[in-house]
Amino acid sequence: MDATAIVNRLKEKFGDAIGALTTENPDPFVVVDRKALVEICKFLKTDPDLELDFLVSISGLDLKEKMVAVYHLWGYKHRHGMVLKVECPPTDLVLPSVTSVWRAANWHEREQFDLFGFTFTGHPDLRRLLLPEDWVGHPLQKSYVYPTQYHGIDHYRPNPFDQFKAKDEADAKARAPSAPAEPTPGSTPATN
Amino acid sequence: MSEPTFSPATVTLEDGKMLLNMGPQHPSTHGVINFLVETDGEVIDRAIPEVGYLHRGIEKIGELVGYHAFMPYTDRVDYLAAMFANESYAMAIEKLIGVEVPRRALYLRAIACEINRIASHFVGTGTMPMDMGAFTPFTHWIREREYLNDIVEELCGARLTYNYLRIGGVSADMPVGLDKKILAYLDHLEPILAEFDRLISGNEIYIRRLANIVPITAAEAIDYGLAGPNLRASGVDWDLRRDVPYSVYKEFSFDVPIGRGKCGVAGDCYDRYWVRIEEIRQSIRILRQAVNGIPEGELTAKVPKKIKPPAGRDAYARVESARGELGCYVAADGSEKPGRLKFRTGSFSAMAIIEDKSPGLMIADLVAFIASLDVVAPEVDR
Repeated sequence: MDATAIVNRLKEKFGDAIGALTTENPDPFVVVDRKALVEICKFLKTDPDLELDFLVSISGLDLKEKMVAVYHLWGYKHRHGMVLKVECPPTDLVLPSVTSVWRAANWHEREQFDLFGFTFTGHPDLRRLLLPEDWVGHPLQKSYVYPTQYHGIDHYRPNPFDQFKAKDEADAKARAPSAPAEPTPGSTPATN
Repeated sequence: MSEPTFSPATVTLEDGKMLLNMGPQHPSTHGVINFLVETDGEVIDRAIPEVGYLHRGIEKIGELVGYHAFMPYTDRVDYLAAMFANESYAMAIEKLIGVEVPRRALYLRAIACEINRIASHFVGTGTMPMDMGAFTPFTHWIREREYLNDIVEELCGARLTYNYLRIGGVSADMPVGLDKKILAYLDHLEPILAEFDRLISGNEIYIRRLANIVPITAAEAIDYGLAGPNLRASGVDWDLRRDVPYSVYKEFSFDVPIGRGKCGVAGDCYDRYWVRIEEIRQSIRILRQAVNGIPEGELTAKVPKKIKPPAGRDAYARVESARGELGCYVAADGSEKPGRLKFRTGSFSAMAIIEDKSPGLMIADLVAFIASLDVVAPEVDR
């Protein structure tokens, strides 16, 4: 089934929870309502005509005015794929967890929670995955403020070229009084 | 809303139970990974992977450098099979901006990738016996990997982090005479594979350490999102090169080896080992066809120096890496740098299954299990 047929099937079943299909994109995608996400995913996985049984990846996407979670799905039996997008306002990054549908979602959701700040309600073990537990902020958000230090270890390293430059300037200063004054242009009479 | 508190994995120990740190510098963890192992003597109650020691923020770096400049970073996603991350990233950008890659470049990519697949499986199947206590097979495969490194060095000038591919093509043509060298090497490699089988694949101790250990059913493998050799070992007949043909793979004939329970049940550790050995044979077949059939032509398509896809476009490209599906998701924000870049890797999903499959294993079996999944830590952490 191609993306249009899949979306038509979804619209039959879920109606308004399914947004319009965008086909002017390398991968066609559909925006779905986040409240109905788990039911939609369950249907996509269990419906015999769809059987999207492989959760390929979950990626967060920061568009500044809204945050998007992108679900890439694939079905081994029918060899077709689908891209779901779920939109959230930046102030409310809460999504239902799809760990009950695909067990692969466990780590994908932990990763997006860690790096992107989505909170997945119903996730069995929502902890940071890649960053330390006491890390502040979620680095892949566009508004992320880079930390200056971690547990007293400064992130700033002096640039060695700045040190060389300072040394050159100091040397030049030390040489300056003994050096003969350079003739300024125009001070010597023109020889004719 | 308030954020959840960040607490490490909660482990409450019953009487007589032990909590062990296996790692981060454990020789059998294939990189810097820590396993919190809750054990009752020799039997594991739960093994919790703690990853992230090699997190370098590659996805964030992608948002800070331009489209062309990111290519060398992709090498660092999986250092044992760097060519695949190159290819995945290049394909994602080509899909995003709509570039047709010349056929000679696609053939060169396929040659480079298949050489890299063999080299990567050398490490995978070499370290597996090493983790079981047999060191010699590893030295054989490292010797063979040296020859492949020499070939790749002639092709692109590097031996580990290749940076060979470019958006729209490849960086350099094959030097004169390299095709004959590759064919001669493949002739040399085939008897070595038979020798390797005599050395370790049929070894009674080795088979007993791997056969019937941690079988993963096909349904489980799909549910956990396993990919590549790990998925095929469970009996799922699936290979992106054959089933979603990208590049020029539909022009080659090759078989897709799947696990059928050669020495035990389907999907056990031995099947995961054997599928990789068979894949080396298939890669040899592909390489022969690619080297003999390489067409003349351009090396790169016309790609603008400044890539600026319109905002709102995004693309996902998937390749069959040595560790399974390596996908690259790129979303453009209208500037000269990617708005978002994400890698989906095979090792990531392989790591995620370990905790759920670990209860009841012996500690030595956990080592066999990790080795058989062929996880590479930087690919998990990125």
